[in-house]
Amino acid sequence: MKAGESSDLFSALGRANGEKPTPFSFVQLSDAHVGFNGPPDPLGTKAFERAVDMINALPQRPDLVLFTGDLTHDTEDRDVHVQRMKQFQEISRRINVPMIKHVPGEHDAGLDSGALYREFFGDSSYSFDHRGVHFVALDNVSRAKPEVGKEQLAWLTKDLARFPKTAPIVVFTHRPLFDLRPDWEWFTSDGDEVMNVLSGYDNVTVLYGHIHRDDEHQTGAIHHYAARSLVFAFPDPVGVSGPRKPVPFDKDHPFKNLGIRTVSFAGKAQPGSAALSVEDIELTAREFRGINGVQQILRNPNV
Amino acid sequence: MSAVKPFLSRFVTIICLGGLVTLNGVARVHADGIPVIEITAKRFAFSPDNISLKKGQTVKLRVHSEDVTHGFFLRPLKLDEEIPAGETIEVTVTPDMVGTFTTICDHFCGANHGNMNMTIVVE
Repeated sequence: MKAGESSDLFSALGRANGEKPTPFSFVQLSDAHVGFNGPPDPLGTKAFERAVDMINALPQRPDLVLFTGDLTHDTEDRDVHVQRMKQFQEISRRINVPMIKHVPGEHDAGLDSGALYREFFGDSSYSFDHRGVHFVALDNVSRAKPEVGKEQLAWLTKDLARFPKTAPIVVFTHRPLFDLRPDWEWFTSDGDEVMNVLSGYDNVTVLYGHIHRDDEHQTGAIHHYAARSLVFAFPDPVGVSGPRKPVPFDKDHPFKNLGIRTVSFAGKAQPGSAALSVEDIELTAREFRGINGVQQILRNPNV
Repeated sequence: MSAVKPFLSRFVTIICLGGLVTLNGVARVHADGIPVIEITAKRFAFSPDNISLKKGQTVKLRVHSEDVTHGFFLRPLKLDEEIPAGETIEVTVTPDMVGTFTTICDHFCGANHGNMNMTIVVE
Protein backbone atom coordinates (compact mmCIF):
# COMPACT_ATOMS: atom_id res chain seq x y z
CA MET A 1 0.00 0.00 0.00
CA LYS A 2 1.30 3.45 -0.89
CA ALA A 3 1.32 6.34 1.53
CA GLY A 4 -1.96 8.15 1.39
CA GLU A 5 -3.97 5.12 0.47
CA SER A 6 -4.77 4.25 4.06
CA SER A 7 -7.51 6.85 4.41
CA ASP A 8 -9.13 5.53 1.23
CA LEU A 9 -8.85 2.00 2.54
CA PHE A 10 -10.41 2.81 5.86
CA SER A 11 -13.11 4.89 4.31
CA ALA A 12 -13.99 1.88 2.18
CA LEU A 13 -13.72 -0.44 5.18
CA GLY A 14 -15.82 1.89 7.26
CA ARG A 15 -18.53 1.66 4.64
CA ALA A 16 -18.22 -2.14 4.54
CA ASN A 17 -18.39 -2.39 8.32
CA GLY A 18 -20.73 0.47 8.88
CA GLU A 19 -18.14 1.84 11.28
CA LYS A 20 -15.09 4.06 10.99
CA PRO A 21 -11.83 2.44 12.13
CA THR A 22 -10.75 3.90 15.46
CA PRO A 23 -8.20 2.76 18.06
CA PHE A 24 -9.37 0.31 20.68
CA SER A 25 -8.15 -2.60 22.76
CA PHE A 26 -9.52 -5.96 23.71
CA VAL A 27 -8.54 -8.96 25.83
CA GLN A 28 -8.08 -12.61 24.94
CA LEU A 29 -8.74 -15.25 27.60
CA SER A 30 -8.48 -19.00 27.10
CA ASP A 31 -8.77 -22.43 28.63
CA ALA A 32 -10.37 -21.81 32.02
CA HIS A 33 -11.60 -25.45 32.18
CA VAL A 34 -14.23 -24.62 34.79
CA GLY A 35 -14.93 -27.85 36.66
CA PHE A 36 -11.41 -29.23 36.34
CA ASN A 37 -10.10 -30.11 39.76
CA GLY A 38 -7.38 -32.68 39.26
CA PRO A 39 -3.62 -32.38 39.22
CA PRO A 40 -1.56 -30.49 38.28
CA ASP A 41 -3.71 -27.54 39.36
CA PRO A 42 -5.53 -27.67 42.68
CA LEU A 43 -6.92 -24.14 42.53
CA GLY A 44 -10.00 -24.63 40.39
CA THR A 45 -11.29 -21.29 39.11
CA LYS A 46 -8.97 -19.08 41.18
CA ALA A 47 -6.80 -18.10 38.22
CA PHE A 48 -9.87 -17.31 36.11
CA GLU A 49 -11.24 -15.12 38.88
CA ARG A 50 -7.86 -13.44 39.29
CA ALA A 51 -7.87 -12.72 35.53
CA VAL A 52 -11.29 -11.07 35.88
CA ASP A 53 -9.94 -8.80 38.62
CA MET A 54 -6.92 -7.88 36.52
CA ILE A 55 -9.03 -7.01 33.49
CA ASN A 56 -11.31 -4.87 35.60
CA ALA A 57 -8.29 -2.99 36.93
CA LEU A 58 -6.71 -2.28 33.53
CA PRO A 59 -6.02 1.43 33.04
CA GLN A 60 -7.91 1.38 29.75
CA ARG A 61 -11.22 -0.44 29.70
CA PRO A 62 -11.17 -3.01 26.87
CA ASP A 63 -13.99 -2.95 24.35
CA LEU A 64 -14.44 -6.68 24.39
CA VAL A 65 -13.15 -10.02 25.60
CA LEU A 66 -12.56 -12.94 23.25
CA PHE A 67 -12.60 -16.35 24.93
CA THR A 68 -10.82 -18.95 22.79
CA GLY A 69 -12.30 -22.20 24.02
CA ASP A 70 -12.28 -24.75 26.81
CA LEU A 71 -14.46 -22.52 28.91
CA THR A 72 -15.42 -25.65 30.84
CA HIS A 73 -14.00 -29.10 31.44
CA ASP A 74 -15.87 -31.97 29.88
CA THR A 75 -18.04 -34.46 31.72
CA GLU A 76 -20.45 -37.12 30.49
CA ASP A 77 -22.97 -36.03 33.11
CA ARG A 78 -25.04 -33.41 31.30
CA ASP A 79 -26.34 -31.84 34.51
CA VAL A 80 -22.81 -31.39 35.80
CA HIS A 81 -21.72 -29.85 32.52
CA VAL A 82 -24.69 -27.47 32.68
CA GLN A 83 -23.55 -26.38 36.13
CA ARG A 84 -20.03 -25.80 34.81
CA MET A 85 -21.34 -23.66 31.94
CA LYS A 86 -23.40 -21.65 34.43
CA GLN A 87 -20.38 -21.21 36.70
CA PHE A 88 -18.33 -20.00 33.73
CA GLN A 89 -21.03 -17.46 32.89
CA GLU A 90 -21.30 -16.33 36.49
CA ILE A 91 -17.57 -15.59 36.68
CA SER A 92 -17.27 -14.07 33.21
CA ARG A 93 -20.20 -11.72 33.86
CA ARG A 94 -18.06 -10.00 36.47
CA ILE A 95 -15.80 -8.71 33.70
CA ASN A 96 -16.50 -5.05 33.18
CA VAL A 97 -16.63 -4.98 29.37
CA PRO A 98 -19.49 -4.26 26.99
CA MET A 99 -19.08 -7.46 24.99
CA ILE A 100 -17.77 -11.01 25.49
CA LYS A 101 -17.45 -13.41 22.56
CA HIS A 102 -16.62 -17.12 22.67
CA VAL A 103 -15.62 -20.11 20.60
CA PRO A 104 -15.78 -23.64 22.00
CA GLY A 105 -12.89 -25.93 22.84
CA GLU A 106 -13.02 -29.71 22.57
CA HIS A 107 -13.75 -29.96 26.30
CA ASP A 108 -16.86 -27.82 25.78
CA ALA A 109 -18.12 -29.40 22.59
CA GLY A 110 -16.25 -32.60 21.71
CA LEU A 111 -18.62 -35.08 23.33
CA ASP A 112 -21.96 -33.76 22.05
CA SER A 113 -20.96 -31.99 18.82
CA GLY A 114 -21.37 -28.67 20.57
CA ALA A 115 -25.08 -29.02 21.41
CA LEU A 116 -24.85 -27.84 25.03
CA TYR A 117 -22.35 -25.12 24.17
CA ARG A 118 -24.77 -23.65 21.61
CA GLU A 119 -27.58 -23.67 24.18
CA PHE A 120 -25.50 -21.38 26.37
CA PHE A 121 -23.44 -19.33 23.93
CA GLY A 122 -25.17 -19.51 20.55
CA ASP A 123 -23.51 -20.33 17.24
CA SER A 124 -19.98 -21.66 17.41
CA SER A 125 -18.90 -19.94 14.18
CA TYR A 126 -19.94 -16.41 13.28
CA SER A 127 -18.50 -13.02 12.47
CA PHE A 128 -18.98 -9.43 13.50
CA ASP A 129 -17.43 -6.02 12.90
CA HIS A 130 -16.09 -3.73 15.56
CA ARG A 131 -14.59 -0.30 14.94
CA GLY A 132 -13.17 -1.18 11.56
CA VAL A 133 -11.93 -4.69 12.41
CA HIS A 134 -13.66 -7.81 11.11
CA PHE A 135 -13.77 -10.61 13.70
CA VAL A 136 -14.34 -14.23 12.68
CA ALA A 137 -15.08 -17.06 15.14
CA LEU A 138 -14.00 -20.44 13.72
CA ASP A 139 -15.03 -23.74 15.30
CA ASN A 140 -12.40 -26.48 14.94
CA VAL A 141 -13.63 -28.75 17.76
CA SER A 142 -17.34 -29.57 17.37
CA ARG A 143 -16.74 -32.24 14.75
CA ALA A 144 -14.84 -34.08 17.52
CA LYS A 145 -11.76 -34.19 15.30
CA PRO A 146 -9.41 -31.22 14.87
CA GLU A 147 -10.97 -29.85 11.73
CA VAL A 148 -12.98 -26.94 10.40
CA GLY A 149 -14.87 -28.83 7.69
CA LYS A 150 -15.90 -27.94 4.16
CA GLU A 151 -19.17 -26.26 5.12
CA GLN A 152 -17.45 -23.79 7.45
CA LEU A 153 -14.68 -23.19 4.90
CA ALA A 154 -17.30 -22.25 2.30
CA TRP A 155 -18.97 -19.94 4.81
CA LEU A 156 -15.61 -18.32 5.66
CA THR A 157 -14.83 -17.67 2.00
CA LYS A 158 -18.22 -16.07 1.47
CA ASP A 159 -18.03 -14.08 4.70
CA LEU A 160 -14.70 -12.48 3.75
CA ALA A 161 -15.59 -11.82 0.12
CA ARG A 162 -17.04 -8.37 0.81
CA PHE A 163 -13.81 -7.05 2.30
CA PRO A 164 -10.88 -5.41 0.54
CA LYS A 165 -7.55 -7.21 0.57
CA THR A 166 -6.17 -4.84 3.20
CA ALA A 167 -9.01 -5.14 5.73
CA PRO A 168 -7.88 -5.88 9.32
CA ILE A 169 -9.21 -9.34 10.17
CA VAL A 170 -9.04 -11.20 13.49
CA VAL A 171 -9.78 -14.92 13.43
CA PHE A 172 -10.31 -16.49 16.84
CA THR A 173 -10.46 -20.23 17.28
CA HIS A 174 -9.40 -22.94 19.72
CA ARG A 175 -6.79 -25.14 18.10
CA PRO A 176 -3.79 -23.90 16.08
CA LEU A 177 -4.55 -23.67 12.37
CA PHE A 178 -1.09 -25.01 11.48
CA ASP A 179 0.98 -28.06 12.44
CA LEU A 180 2.47 -26.87 15.71
CA ARG A 181 2.85 -30.31 17.30
CA PRO A 182 0.54 -32.88 15.66
CA ASP A 183 1.54 -35.72 18.00
CA TRP A 184 0.22 -33.58 20.87
CA GLU A 185 -2.91 -32.83 18.84
CA TRP A 186 -1.74 -29.26 18.36
CA PHE A 187 -2.98 -28.87 14.79
CA THR A 188 -6.08 -28.56 12.61
CA SER A 189 -6.20 -31.17 9.88
CA ASP A 190 -7.63 -28.78 7.27
CA GLY A 191 -5.78 -25.74 8.58
CA ASP A 192 -3.97 -25.38 5.25
CA GLU A 193 -7.30 -24.83 3.53
CA VAL A 194 -8.17 -22.10 6.04
CA MET A 195 -4.78 -20.51 5.33
CA ASN A 196 -5.53 -20.61 1.61
CA VAL A 197 -8.67 -18.56 2.21
CA LEU A 198 -6.97 -16.13 4.59
CA SER A 199 -3.88 -15.69 2.43
CA GLY A 200 -5.91 -13.46 0.14
CA TYR A 201 -5.82 -10.76 2.86
CA ASP A 202 -2.90 -8.66 4.04
CA ASN A 203 -3.78 -7.97 7.69
CA VAL A 204 -4.88 -11.22 9.33
CA THR A 205 -4.27 -12.11 12.96
CA VAL A 206 -5.24 -15.53 14.34
CA LEU A 207 -5.80 -15.83 18.10
CA TYR A 208 -6.13 -19.30 19.57
CA GLY A 209 -5.81 -21.31 22.78
CA HIS A 210 -5.62 -25.07 23.42
CA ILE A 211 -1.86 -25.29 23.99
CA HIS A 212 -1.91 -23.61 27.43
CA ARG A 213 1.09 -21.42 26.71
CA ASP A 214 1.84 -18.33 24.69
CA ASP A 215 3.28 -18.89 21.26
CA GLU A 216 3.84 -16.80 18.14
CA HIS A 217 3.99 -18.09 14.59
CA GLN A 218 3.77 -16.64 11.10
CA THR A 219 2.32 -18.22 7.95
CA GLY A 220 3.10 -15.87 5.07
CA ALA A 221 1.62 -12.56 6.21
CA ILE A 222 -0.68 -14.19 8.78
CA HIS A 223 0.27 -13.83 12.44
CA HIS A 224 -0.78 -16.59 14.88
CA TYR A 225 -0.79 -16.04 18.64
CA ALA A 226 -1.60 -18.70 21.25
CA ALA A 227 -2.82 -17.54 24.66
CA ARG A 228 -1.91 -18.82 28.07
CA SER A 229 -4.37 -20.92 30.01
CA LEU A 230 -6.23 -20.01 33.19
CA VAL A 231 -5.80 -23.39 34.86
CA PHE A 232 -2.42 -25.04 34.14
CA ALA A 233 0.40 -24.73 31.61
CA PHE A 234 2.03 -27.04 29.09
CA PRO A 235 5.77 -26.82 28.42
CA ASP A 236 7.54 -25.49 25.35
CA PRO A 237 7.29 -28.42 22.93
CA VAL A 238 10.68 -27.70 21.38
CA GLY A 239 13.10 -30.39 22.47
CA VAL A 240 10.45 -32.43 24.29
CA SER A 241 9.96 -35.89 22.81
CA GLY A 242 7.14 -38.25 23.63
CA PRO A 243 3.75 -37.47 25.13
CA ARG A 244 2.95 -34.04 26.54
CA LYS A 245 2.86 -33.51 30.28
CA PRO A 246 1.67 -30.40 32.11
CA VAL A 247 4.09 -28.13 33.90
CA PRO A 248 4.05 -29.23 37.57
CA PHE A 249 2.15 -27.00 39.98
CA ASP A 250 4.39 -24.60 41.89
CA LYS A 251 2.80 -23.74 45.21
CA ASP A 252 5.16 -20.78 45.64
CA HIS A 253 4.01 -19.36 42.29
CA PRO A 254 0.52 -20.78 41.85
CA PHE A 255 -0.30 -18.74 38.75
CA LYS A 256 3.07 -19.15 37.06
CA ASN A 257 2.74 -19.37 33.25
CA LEU A 258 -0.97 -18.50 33.40
CA GLY A 259 -2.19 -15.19 32.09
CA ILE A 260 -4.24 -12.85 29.98
CA ARG A 261 -3.48 -11.11 26.70
CA THR A 262 -4.25 -7.55 25.79
CA VAL A 263 -4.54 -6.66 22.09
CA SER A 264 -4.46 -3.15 20.68
CA PHE A 265 -5.67 -1.90 17.32
CA ALA A 266 -4.06 1.37 16.27
CA GLY A 267 -6.99 2.38 14.10
CA LYS A 268 -4.80 3.08 11.10
CA ALA A 269 -3.10 1.09 8.40
CA GLN A 270 0.33 -0.33 9.18
CA PRO A 271 1.66 -1.49 5.82
CA GLY A 272 4.05 -4.41 6.13
CA SER A 273 3.32 -5.14 9.78
CA ALA A 274 0.59 -6.67 11.88
CA ALA A 275 -2.47 -4.47 12.27
CA LEU A 276 -2.66 -5.46 15.92
CA SER A 277 -0.14 -5.46 18.75
CA VAL A 278 -0.36 -8.01 21.54
CA GLU A 279 0.93 -8.09 25.10
CA ASP A 280 0.89 -11.11 27.38
CA ILE A 281 0.49 -10.48 31.09
CA GLU A 282 1.21 -13.24 33.58
CA LEU A 283 -1.19 -13.60 36.46
CA THR A 284 0.23 -12.78 39.84
CA ALA A 285 -0.72 -14.19 43.20
CA ARG A 286 -0.13 -10.94 45.00
CA GLU A 287 -3.15 -8.91 45.89
CA PHE A 288 -2.47 -5.88 43.74
CA ARG A 289 -5.28 -3.39 43.95
CA GLY A 290 -6.34 -0.50 41.76
CA ILE A 291 -4.55 1.21 38.91
CA ASN A 292 -1.24 1.41 40.76
CA GLY A 293 -1.23 -2.32 41.24
CA VAL A 294 -1.89 -3.05 37.60
CA GLN A 295 0.78 -0.60 36.49
CA GLN A 296 3.14 -2.48 38.77
CA ILE A 297 2.15 -5.71 37.04
CA LEU A 298 2.60 -4.19 33.61
CA ARG A 299 6.06 -2.92 34.50
CA ASN A 300 7.11 -6.30 35.84
CA PRO A 301 4.83 -9.03 34.57
CA ASN A 302 7.00 -11.74 36.15
CA VAL A 303 6.38 -10.58 39.70
CA MET B 1 4.57 -84.14 0.35
CA SER B 2 1.54 -82.05 -0.50
CA ALA B 3 0.73 -81.75 3.22
CA VAL B 4 4.29 -80.74 4.06
CA LYS B 5 4.44 -77.88 1.55
CA PRO B 6 1.75 -75.71 3.16
CA PHE B 7 3.30 -76.39 6.54
CA LEU B 8 6.72 -75.29 5.29
CA SER B 9 5.25 -72.28 3.58
CA ARG B 10 3.47 -71.23 6.75
CA PHE B 11 6.58 -71.89 8.82
CA VAL B 12 8.70 -69.74 6.52
CA THR B 13 6.07 -67.00 6.62
CA ILE B 14 6.05 -67.00 10.41
CA ILE B 15 9.85 -66.78 10.44
CA CYS B 16 9.69 -63.84 8.01
CA LEU B 17 6.97 -62.20 10.06
CA GLY B 18 9.23 -62.37 13.08
CA GLY B 19 11.70 -60.30 11.10
CA LEU B 20 9.05 -57.82 10.05
CA VAL B 21 7.28 -57.03 13.22
CA THR B 22 8.19 -57.00 16.87
CA LEU B 23 5.03 -58.23 18.44
CA ASN B 24 3.82 -56.72 21.62
CA GLY B 25 0.32 -57.67 20.64
CA VAL B 26 -1.41 -60.30 18.55
CA ALA B 27 -0.29 -60.67 14.94
CA ARG B 28 -1.15 -63.09 12.20
CA VAL B 29 -0.74 -63.41 8.47
CA HIS B 30 -3.53 -62.22 6.24
CA ALA B 31 -4.77 -64.38 3.38
CA ASP B 32 -2.80 -62.22 0.96
CA GLY B 33 0.39 -62.87 2.91
CA ILE B 34 0.61 -59.46 4.54
CA PRO B 35 1.21 -59.49 8.30
CA VAL B 36 -1.66 -58.19 10.40
CA ILE B 37 -1.34 -56.45 13.74
CA GLU B 38 -4.40 -56.25 15.95
CA ILE B 39 -4.80 -53.08 18.01
CA THR B 40 -7.56 -52.31 20.46
CA ALA B 41 -8.72 -48.79 21.26
CA LYS B 42 -10.51 -48.25 24.55
CA ARG B 43 -10.78 -45.08 26.55
CA PHE B 44 -8.05 -43.87 27.11
CA ALA B 45 -5.40 -46.23 25.73
CA PHE B 46 -4.37 -48.33 22.78
CA SER B 47 -3.36 -51.94 23.32
CA PRO B 48 -0.64 -52.76 22.60
CA ASP B 49 0.77 -49.29 23.19
CA ASN B 50 4.01 -49.99 21.32
CA ILE B 51 4.70 -51.83 18.06
CA SER B 52 7.73 -52.02 15.82
CA LEU B 53 7.68 -52.10 12.02
CA LYS B 54 10.31 -52.35 9.31
CA LYS B 55 10.87 -49.58 6.81
CA GLY B 56 9.59 -50.53 3.37
CA GLN B 57 7.64 -53.59 4.55
CA THR B 58 3.88 -53.58 4.29
CA VAL B 59 1.62 -54.48 7.23
CA LYS B 60 -2.07 -54.28 7.92
CA LEU B 61 -3.19 -52.59 11.12
CA ARG B 62 -6.61 -53.77 12.32
CA VAL B 63 -7.86 -51.34 14.92
CA HIS B 64 -10.92 -52.20 16.97
CA SER B 65 -12.85 -49.82 19.21
CA GLU B 66 -14.23 -51.44 22.33
CA ASP B 67 -16.31 -48.47 23.42
CA VAL B 68 -16.76 -45.07 21.74
CA THR B 69 -15.53 -43.61 18.45
CA HIS B 70 -11.78 -43.09 18.41
CA GLY B 71 -9.27 -41.62 15.99
CA PHE B 72 -5.97 -43.11 14.82
CA PHE B 73 -3.71 -40.34 13.58
CA LEU B 74 -0.03 -40.25 12.66
CA ARG B 75 0.98 -37.63 10.10
CA PRO B 76 4.44 -39.07 9.13
CA LEU B 77 2.91 -42.45 8.17
CA LYS B 78 -0.18 -40.83 6.63
CA LEU B 79 -2.51 -42.51 9.10
CA ASP B 80 -5.76 -40.62 9.64
CA GLU B 81 -8.52 -43.06 10.49
CA GLU B 82 -11.73 -42.97 12.44
CA ILE B 83 -12.83 -46.08 14.31
CA PRO B 84 -16.57 -46.00 14.98
CA ALA B 85 -17.81 -47.32 18.32
CA GLY B 86 -17.65 -51.11 18.45
CA GLU B 87 -16.26 -51.44 14.93
CA THR B 88 -12.95 -52.52 13.41
CA ILE B 89 -11.09 -50.71 10.66
CA GLU B 90 -8.17 -52.01 8.64
CA VAL B 91 -5.43 -49.85 7.22
CA THR B 92 -2.43 -50.95 5.16
CA VAL B 93 0.79 -49.11 5.78
CA THR B 94 4.28 -49.30 4.27
CA PRO B 95 6.57 -47.09 6.37
CA ASP B 96 8.94 -45.06 4.25
CA MET B 97 11.01 -43.59 7.06
CA VAL B 98 12.60 -44.83 10.24
CA GLY B 99 11.94 -43.26 13.62
CA THR B 100 9.85 -43.38 16.75
CA PHE B 101 6.40 -41.93 16.23
CA THR B 102 3.51 -41.14 18.54
CA THR B 103 0.11 -42.13 17.18
CA ILE B 104 -2.79 -40.33 18.81
CA CYS B 105 -6.52 -40.65 19.15
CA ASP B 106 -7.69 -37.44 17.46
CA HIS B 107 -11.41 -38.00 17.94
CA PHE B 108 -12.28 -36.45 21.30
CA CYS B 109 -13.34 -39.33 23.53
CA GLY B 110 -13.47 -37.91 27.06
CA ALA B 111 -11.58 -36.32 29.91
CA ASN B 112 -8.29 -38.15 29.44
CA HIS B 113 -8.43 -38.12 25.64
CA GLY B 114 -5.28 -36.00 25.47
CA ASN B 115 -3.22 -38.87 26.86
CA MET B 116 -4.52 -41.59 24.51
CA ASN B 117 -1.60 -42.50 22.31
CA MET B 118 0.70 -45.33 21.27
CA THR B 119 4.22 -45.60 19.90
CA ILE B 120 5.13 -46.97 16.49
CA VAL B 121 8.83 -47.63 16.01
CA VAL B 122 10.02 -48.00 12.43
CA GLU B 123 13.43 -49.67 12.10
